[in-house]
Amino acid sequence: MRKYSVFALAREALRAHKGWDQQWSSPEPRPEYDVIIVGAGGHGLATAYYLAKEHGITNVAVLEKGWLGGGNTGRNTTIIRSNYLYDESAGIYEHAVKLWEGLSQDLNYNVMYSARGVMMLAHNIHDVQVFKRHIHANRLNGIDNEWLTPEQVKEFCPPINLSASARYPIIGAALQRRGGTARHDAVAWGYARAAADRGVHIIQNCEVTGIRRAPNGAVVGVDTNRGPINARKVGVVAAGHTSVIMNMAGVRMPLESYPLQALVSEPVKPLIPCVIMSNTVHAYISQSDKGEMVIGAGTDQYTSYSQTGGLHIINHTLDAICEMFPVLTRLKMLRSWGGIVDVTPDRSPILAKTPVSGLYVNCGWGTGGFKATPGSGNVFAHTIARDEPHRINAPFTIERFTSGRLIDEAAAAAVAH
Amino acid sequence: MLLIKCPYCEEERPELEFRNAGEAHLVRANPITEQSDEDFAAFLYFRQNPKGLQFERWRHIHGCGRFFNAVRDSVSDKFLTVYKAGEPRPDMQPQLSPAPAELPVTKRSPRTKKVEV
Repeated sequence: MRKYSVFALAREALRAHKGWDQQWSSPEPRPEYDVIIVGAGGHGLATAYYLAKEHGITNVAVLEKGWLGGGNTGRNTTIIRSNYLYDESAGIYEHAVKLWEGLSQDLNYNVMYSARGVMMLAHNIHDVQVFKRHIHANRLNGIDNEWLTPEQVKEFCPPINLSASARYPIIGAALQRRGGTARHDAVAWGYARAAADRGVHIIQNCEVTGIRRAPNGAVVGVDTNRGPINARKVGVVAAGHTSVIMNMAGVRMPLESYPLQALVSEPVKPLIPCVIMSNTVHAYISQSDKGEMVIGAGTDQYTSYSQTGGLHIINHTLDAICEMFPVLTRLKMLRSWGGIVDVTPDRSPILAKTPVSGLYVNCGWGTGGFKATPGSGNVFAHTIARDEPHRINAPFTIERFTSGRLIDEAAAAAVAH
Repeated sequence: MLLIKCPYCEEERPELEFRNAGEAHLVRANPITEQSDEDFAAFLYFRQNPKGLQFERWRHIHGCGRFFNAVRDSVSDKFLTVYKAGEPRPDMQPQLSPAPAELPVTKRSPRTKKVEV
């Protein structure tokens, strides 16, 4: 791999940019690998990268039924934060934020991590109490989060509407300054390039159609539309399709798949300097470096694999956005799309071994998995390499739904997040 | 937005009048105290989540207020049939289907093609 640097850029500028390498190759699958990862999204590629980098396991294939980063990695609103209530969540999301902070250097790829601050608006007394509880819990876990008065909110984000006559007036906010955004495609590409450089095979247009098991039940490989591939360890990182893949191994999951939508406006000059979230009116907005307003909507109420959602869901979010930012009311929306998110009953992920020997699963990130990409891949690689969970992901088992030891961020936040 | 036929009101109404109530035909054990933790977890949390035919409950909350069941293709979001609560499950097996065109169409149901996305 040729290192990207200012000198490489200058050299290529002088020869019409004809010397750039392919970022990763597309090899034919080998008959056997040490580890197969199902799903080449951010989490799957990160898993492969850390398997190679931290555990010396380079005979790895990442199988992707479509194209790399074409699922939820390319469909989310790129928000990064770690201000979760419970210790278990704080552990994994903060692990991710710490990796985000050095990720561009680590991958030699600009993932455009921008710690522009994530501001969560409070509109009523309940919000104030919940956010202050979060702030205190976060600070006990060493995570930055602070309370802003309405005046400080306005100072931090000038275009916001503070009017007391608003349907849901803004009476304060919780701000995590280290939160922000990153370029989602670059995250997938950066991990793919760095993993491929260490010998990982990234095989696109290769759909897993079955999971092969030995007579004793252990995993021995997968069937694909390009033929069988053997491996003693298979990690399923298939987001909305996790139930489908796990069903091939006879494992039922505590998951339901829902459409989640997002949309972007036409690009405009810099206006919104941070990420704004409002759980109460359900709106998420930030401005990409290209200038588009990136807006996240909610999930539909029914399960679906259609990658489309209802128009009324988008309308509901835009109503809230227009009230918070009256300046945006005449902005045209450019594109909208949907992704399929796998939601657990407690809205916390599952990163764990499964009842099937050699089969591991990383799923259940629901509506907020992008922020966790580096941390998720890092501890999931540990889980696969050592056949035991890392301290950070040890609580995120499947068995917690039987024992009742949930990590109930759903109840803690009372919203999708 | 979906158009959904309520089998009690016998007309198609917009999705906004309805609440989805999850997977259908889950039976609560009686007495529940004698159920194992594994069986209770399976009842409470573990779901088929099929890519294909989904048997699900709906409630016409802003209409007649009653619960009913539906069979919907979770790939195309098209409803294949709706039936009243307590009626037997239609003879359609939930299965994973790669494309809506390959879905089995029941001949017994008069409401096969009713509801559009």
